[in-house]
Amino acid sequence: MGRAEGEHGVNVASHSEAEVAARGYTFSELMVAAAAREIRDGELVFVGMRLPLLAFLVARRTHAPRAIGLFENGVIRETPSGELLYTMGDPPNLRGATQCGQMLDVMGLLQQGRVDVGFLGAAEIDRFGNLNTTWGHRDKEMQRLPGSGGACDIACLAQRTVMLLTHDRGRLTERVGHITSPGYGAGNGWRRKQGLPIASGPSAVITTLGVLRFGADGEAFLASVHPGVSVEEVLESTGWTLRVADELIETLPPGDDELGVMREIDPNHFWTR
Amino acid sequence: MAAESKLMTMREAISKHVSAGSMVLMGAQLEQMIPFAAGHELIRQGRRDLTLAGPISDILFDQLIGAGCVSRVMAAWVGNVSAGVGYCFRRAAERGIPRRIETVDYSNFTMALALHAAALGVPFMPTYATLGSDLLKKNGNLREFSSPVSEEKLVAVRALRPDVTILHVQRADAQGNAHIWGSLGVAVDGARAARKVIVVAEEIVEPEVIASDPNRTVVPGFLVAAVVHEPGGAHPSPVQGYYGRDHKFFEQYHEQSRRLEDFEEWLTHWILHAPDRRTYMNQLGVARTESLAVKEHALTAPADFGY
Repeated sequence: MGRAEGEHGVNVASHSEAEVAARGYTFSELMVAAAAREIRDGELVFVGMRLPLLAFLVARRTHAPRAIGLFENGVIRETPSGELLYTMGDPPNLRGATQCGQMLDVMGLLQQGRVDVGFLGAAEIDRFGNLNTTWGHRDKEMQRLPGSGGACDIACLAQRTVMLLTHDRGRLTERVGHITSPGYGAGNGWRRKQGLPIASGPSAVITTLGVLRFGADGEAFLASVHPGVSVEEVLESTGWTLRVADELIETLPPGDDELGVMREIDPNHFWTR
Repeated sequence: MAAESKLMTMREAISKHVSAGSMVLMGAQLEQMIPFAAGHELIRQGRRDLTLAGPISDILFDQLIGAGCVSRVMAAWVGNVSAGVGYCFRRAAERGIPRRIETVDYSNFTMALALHAAALGVPFMPTYATLGSDLLKKNGNLREFSSPVSEEKLVAVRALRPDVTILHVQRADAQGNAHIWGSLGVAVDGARAARKVIVVAEEIVEPEVIASDPNRTVVPGFLVAAVVHEPGGAHPSPVQGYYGRDHKFFEQYHEQSRRLEDFEEWLTHWILHAPDRRTYMNQLGVARTESLAVKEHALTAPADFGY
């Protein structure tokens, strides 16, 4: 995610420094704040890395002080490490953890249905929230991507999943070529037919332009648009005819408290450029 | 009568216990304690046709693939965790450079279950994970089935039995009894699933030290074929209590592996021309290694096994 080609998420070089200065925050910071708001107090959260990890830290320090973080390597944390993490295996993430267990320990909680929300990055997402991180294509060439990691597990089994990614036509496509992590498949009823848990599936897609949510039919719609972004820009950047909510709102920008946490943990904007 | 020591050099351990065509599990603890020194020795010994297995092994798999050692990868994620893509992996998978590789795609959970099945001695473990995904469609080791005890569909994850699991540990005795602390990942099952285990330890200690804390013993010595004393053997990945993660090294590898010519230069400098890990550490330099050393020790509360 972040600085590399962005196939695992966000590469937000698209707005000028002057714009950022005027606005007071980067789009990554906006996305982190929006992601943090998807975590409710006391929830069990499968945290992932990069922006979602920051979102978890922000949530804990603001409205969700009792949220608990799970990591795929088996680490469970109630108290955030307080240091910027590059991977979940970084020593600060292990010291003082609630538990350093096995991967199966956290995956068991996931499969029991105890995980309220899981965050995922994606190279490609389609109108029903299916994700592709295995084989993508760019300029008509097949690109081998890193793979599922824990994404397929989380997409299948978490009660809600929240995706973070850059919003462009290459990433938001009509139909992913490969379903690494299942969303709503082909629409309502699909997940149940596959045998996936009833209380599971995508809840929100937070992009560099807005936030998408999902209707009862399993199809995505634009729920909020970021400040300064036009609906036209969102529609043009989406690879299918994106529906727009009747009550479209503007995404709430990050508050001072939220920004404060982010800038304390990531002062050099390693993840939040 | 004292048991025979299993201590040997990395060169001997790899030479004796990892043959061409083997399936090798490395990176059982995900981003922590990855046995890079062992992987580099495999490269130096020109081992071919390996199947690499593991959930996420950061850039180690990318390096082995780039060096031409690998014909198959069974993993959940292959790349450079903090930087993004694994360029050698991509070149091999897309264009067969330096050679074609077969990719068998798992998720983290299904990889863990595959090893768990083998560790339990059963042919498969059931799960709901991967239902509806193309992973299930394309990976022959994942098979949908109807539960015999409930009205529902599940996925059977076939047991995975590596020929060798290479584990990096903080300390071990000469028999291979080993303590690990930190992120366990799939290390416990990974050790039991394999036909044999090579333990690579930061420190070799007396048996009494290991025996003083049997809850921390992750690998019992009778599963271990070889023990290698290799300080710094997991660099650039971190070892809790010994050294931190060398983030810059991962970033530099990302830049230097993007183009094939640059990768070949990197490979020569860090692996082919460095005959062992000690040389590699000298190459890194004192300043670098000191910057990674433990800044503040954090000992655990003692546990009293007395009675």
